[in-house]
Amino acid sequence: MRREQLKDHYSEARLFNNRAIVSIIMILILLAIVLTRMVYLQIIDHNHYTTLSNDNRVKLVPIGPTRGLIYDRNGILLAENQATYRLEIIPEKVNDMEALLQQLATMIEIREHDLNQFRKALRQKRTFENIPLRFRLNDTEVAKISAIQHRLPGVHIVAGLSRHYPLGKSFAHVLGYVGRKDVQDLKLIDKTNYISTSHIGKSGIEKFYETHLHGTVGYQQVETNAQGRILRVLQQTQPTAGKDLQLTIDAPLQAIAEQALGEYSGSIVTIDTRSGEVLTLVSNPGFDPNLFVNGIGYKEYDALSNSDRRPLYNRALHGRYPPGSTIKPFVGLAGLKYGITNEHYEIYCPGYYIIPFGEERKFRDWKRSGHGIVDLDDSITESCDVYFYDLALNLSIDRISPFLGSFGFGNKVNIDMPSENAGLLPSRQWKRARKHQPWFPGETLNTGIGQGFLLTTPLQLAQATATFANQGKAVQPHIALDQVVLPKEKTIDPLLASVDAHHWSYITRAMTHVVHKHKGTARHIANDQFKMAGKTGTAQVFGIKQEEKYDAESIDVKLRDHALFIAFAPADKPRIAIAVVVENGGSGGAIAAPIAAKIINHYMTSESS
Amino acid sequence: MKASNRSSFQSSQREMPLLQQWIQQLHLDFPLLVALFILALTGLIVLYSASGQDVIEVQKQSMRLGVGFVIMFFLAQLAPQTLQRWSLPLFILTIILLILVLIVGVQVKGAQRWLDLYLFRFQPSEIMKLIAPMALAWFLAETALPPRFFRLMASLVLLAIPVVLVAVEPDLGTSLLIASSGFFVLFLAGLRWRILAGASILLAIMAWPIWEYVLRDYQRTRVLTFLNPENDPLGAGYHIIQSKIAIGSGGLFGKGWLNGTQSQLDFLPERHTDFIFAVFSEEFGMLGGIMLLILYLFIILRGMFIAAEAKDTFSRLLAGSISLTFFVYIFVNIGMVSGLLPVVGVPLPLISYGGTSIVTLLAGFGILMSIHTHKKMLSP
Repeated sequence: MRREQLKDHYSEARLFNNRAIVSIIMILILLAIVLTRMVYLQIIDHNHYTTLSNDNRVKLVPIGPTRGLIYDRNGILLAENQATYRLEIIPEKVNDMEALLQQLATMIEIREHDLNQFRKALRQKRTFENIPLRFRLNDTEVAKISAIQHRLPGVHIVAGLSRHYPLGKSFAHVLGYVGRKDVQDLKLIDKTNYISTSHIGKSGIEKFYETHLHGTVGYQQVETNAQGRILRVLQQTQPTAGKDLQLTIDAPLQAIAEQALGEYSGSIVTIDTRSGEVLTLVSNPGFDPNLFVNGIGYKEYDALSNSDRRPLYNRALHGRYPPGSTIKPFVGLAGLKYGITNEHYEIYCPGYYIIPFGEERKFRDWKRSGHGIVDLDDSITESCDVYFYDLALNLSIDRISPFLGSFGFGNKVNIDMPSENAGLLPSRQWKRARKHQPWFPGETLNTGIGQGFLLTTPLQLAQATATFANQGKAVQPHIALDQVVLPKEKTIDPLLASVDAHHWSYITRAMTHVVHKHKGTARHIANDQFKMAGKTGTAQVFGIKQEEKYDAESIDVKLRDHALFIAFAPADKPRIAIAVVVENGGSGGAIAAPIAAKIINHYMTSESS
Repeated sequence: MKASNRSSFQSSQREMPLLQQWIQQLHLDFPLLVALFILALTGLIVLYSASGQDVIEVQKQSMRLGVGFVIMFFLAQLAPQTLQRWSLPLFILTIILLILVLIVGVQVKGAQRWLDLYLFRFQPSEIMKLIAPMALAWFLAETALPPRFFRLMASLVLLAIPVVLVAVEPDLGTSLLIASSGFFVLFLAGLRWRILAGASILLAIMAWPIWEYVLRDYQRTRVLTFLNPENDPLGAGYHIIQSKIAIGSGGLFGKGWLNGTQSQLDFLPERHTDFIFAVFSEEFGMLGGIMLLILYLFIILRGMFIAAEAKDTFSRLLAGSISLTFFVYIFVNIGMVSGLLPVVGVPLPLISYGGTSIVTLLAGFGILMSIHTHKKMLSP
């Protein structure tokens, strides 16, 4: 306060005013400099800069990487990039857009859909950006446009690469397909890296190995003239092409499998038992994945998705089928392991089974007249249901369910594909939780012959067969040859580790009898070259209980049983395991087993040669 | 005395339009407010074009302007004496925040300027643009003006702390603005000419060690590029060449709104932030540029008028400094964009896209309005 009194407010204000005036003068001088600069740039050098602005246009153009190719295990090309041409228009270069569109429509086919997409983009994009009007021009169309392109300013034919699957529908369910990236995809990807990538893996291997196949975007700094034409490249960062991918699939074997299945709907999965490499993955019927690459038409898609035979449905990974009698070797093994039965235990099969002290309900054998006196070996060879009714009942579901679980039933295989079904392994707990009902003994009987609630996918069945062939040692099924995602070592479930070696060989022997003994259900597929261990299955599509919705859609036409067959070969030193499911094929021995034999024979002969 | 004052105040207001009266009662300054609104609106119009007609960016900017105007309004209600009283604590607090930024700050594009407060991020250096002149004005107003030598030295130390702290973030643009805001306080307080001359000579001598040891690589590149942009047309010189082309090709009348090819064709980097003047000049030409400069000049002159009208030293120095610093923004930005000055990250006030500078600038005008509207009741 004392100091405050010493202040001379008047002189301070005057001092301030002086300084303020000096400041304002300075400001005016500096503004004059700015103004001079503006005059210099905008008046004196205006023409120079206008020229620069018109002529010298430096742009940064992203270059999308080339997608990696996909080969089969032999190096046969499964997915390639083909040169295609599309027509693009730069709106700012066009005087009369409607007239131009009309003119173009007289020369090339422009569909309503193309036009709508174009008009939508026209509203959203800036006028100097290229907007595509037509994709995949054919050679004639390219020629027509090129001939008069000088009279069509703003119209460009742009070369690009488009994904193509040379083997078409054979590999549709393995490879999947790429399609235009959409809003959903944009959420999952690095937008910068995909800035000039139009397509992205939508299903199958293309989706699962998207990052592997895609690569990294590059940039080009280019100089363009007033028309936007690139004059020269100033600087370039090359894109890193996507890596190629080799699959474990054997394309010739896949072709044979597909051919063997013929017109039937169904699935064939073949696994190399030593490595887990999937040799064939067939799901019939297939579809042409090339249709999806550049957007499938509404009608075409409708036809595919509404077809009774469901070609878009990947049966190998998603189809849930009752395994039928193919489950018997697994249940038989459980019987030996838990001492419920042994190699000498025999029963009399009258053609039906009645639960002791239960209600008077007859569980029928598939053979009405019965199998007579049978042991476990006979029961697998001839596929006696009664023996397995008895065995299952004594085992109880509480032992069957975990034992089947140790083979992978009820669990996803975790193959390197985007999605798969886990099938259904019923248990007492499952039934209580899902159906709010207790478990009935009759349901144990049904489970024992692979009917009832039990459902497996063909892939699961093939995996379980491979595990069986390896006497419990599980290999991880996979489709990419050099995959790094999945474990490579064999694993063994503790439950299976505790199974006696001679129990494994007993069941394996019984399975060879299925093929090689005169009473075997698949005796007609035997050959002298090598021993095969197999098991037929004939699964009822419509039982007493409600079945999967999938079949229920076409009840009246499809009442026949599913034919199944599992096998591995050679029986003593397995190399290959297979699961065949033929929808509504009828008898497993008559229909499914010969299909499997064709594939195994081809594999064994081609491998040994 | 007070009563007669009020009655004369009211009688003089009688001829004023109703709106203007309300504005006065809300402690706002009508001419300044109108000029700022016009400026903000111009900014949004240019931004719409510069952002490639991105309505969302314009909405975001409007939000920021809204927040800025609200803060301006609240600061206008605060008597300058309150600010004076809080100057030192606020200064110390902001210094602490600046140190915190260097320790736990968030890095964006190689510079550590931000404090993450979970709810939002903010730059303490921005606040310092207002706090530094406030603290200096408070410090110098303690004694009679012009300041004695030791007080002057102490003020320089006081100013050097935030300037250095911000420079090492590194944020040369903001550091420069803080330094000039402090310098303006000293200058308006009557810094002697011979000291000024001496300091200029000293600075010239020290230029070499600063160049060698203080400036970072990218800052040196900017200066070198400024001296000869054509040397490096694809690197650091690209900004300047492209913006000169944009301004130059705009000519006298400009290419018209949304029609600037340089800006619309992606040639101008940072065209909606620091280089927005290039877009403006390309589309509205020299006439538009002159109109914008006149609008800016009007705001500065109004600010200086408010400063001159202020009745106490603190208010006077602070108001003067805020107005002159506002000019520094304009000069440095336009100078940079038109190739007169090296590229320093200083936005074009109230036109450039970006949050913190808008809020700080409008907060500054809030203080100006407070100084203008509170003085009558507090005059001695």
